[in-house]
Amino acid sequence: MASRQYELVYILPPDSSDQVVADLHTQVEGVVSRMNGQIEKHEPWGRKRLAYEIGHNKEGFYVLEVINGSGELMKELDRRLKVMDQVIRHMVVRVDEEKKVVDRTQTKRRTESERRRVKRGLPPQRQPGEGRQAGDMDETEDDRFDGVEV
Amino acid sequence: MPFGQGRSGGGGGRGRGGDKKPGDKEKGQRRTLFRRRKVCKFCADKIDDINYKDVKLIGPFVPERGKILPRRISGTCAMHQRKLQTAIKRARQIALIPYVTD
Repeated sequence: MASRQYELVYILPPDSSDQVVADLHTQVEGVVSRMNGQIEKHEPWGRKRLAYEIGHNKEGFYVLEVINGSGELMKELDRRLKVMDQVIRHMVVRVDEEKKVVDRTQTKRRTESERRRVKRGLPPQRQPGEGRQAGDMDETEDDRFDGVEV
Repeated sequence: MPFGQGRSGGGGGRGRGGDKKPGDKEKGQRRTLFRRRKVCKFCADKIDDINYKDVKLIGPFVPERGKILPRRISGTCAMHQRKLQTAIKRARQIALIPYVTD
């Protein structure tokens, strides 16, 4: 079964202690491991201002988790987070497909530029100091024109 | 000045449809000629991924009021506007961007 990748963001009240944050993370971890998923990344963003009030909170403690797993797992997580009253907001987003598309376009762009550069007789990668900015040029490309220019 | 002051001031939007004076029409068309061509920011900067977590990137497309900036103003291409739209809606859900501000 092809595993899917999801991003889970949840917000805790700003006054919640480190203990609560760690607790919730272990809870999430428990559910994930029980249903054969794995956590790829755990990233607490820390306290941030909310753009609007959520239950009289003006700030929130954000946590991001990147999870590989099945849809059922995320459903279960979603259900649990909905019930917990120490979580003031949460969101689950599937990311693997978008990621694939982004990777594809990036590699496509890279190979295309390499192909063009090779065709023009340049090394495939961009050299440091090359590009738009004015100033020194590469000697190797320029010495053909030295005689013509005068 | 063939234009009356009251006319040119009040009928800015309406003048195009209703007025039959040839002078008016020309004036309107010439003004559009001088407008600078808008380009899609994401195409120009080669940004492939419009992420809801990147508030700095999305920010300029959400003006004061909290609405999504329309394509006809920002010049974003259709594909990127679509991606931008989902990113903004997701960012709103987790309170990174306001739904409305008044």
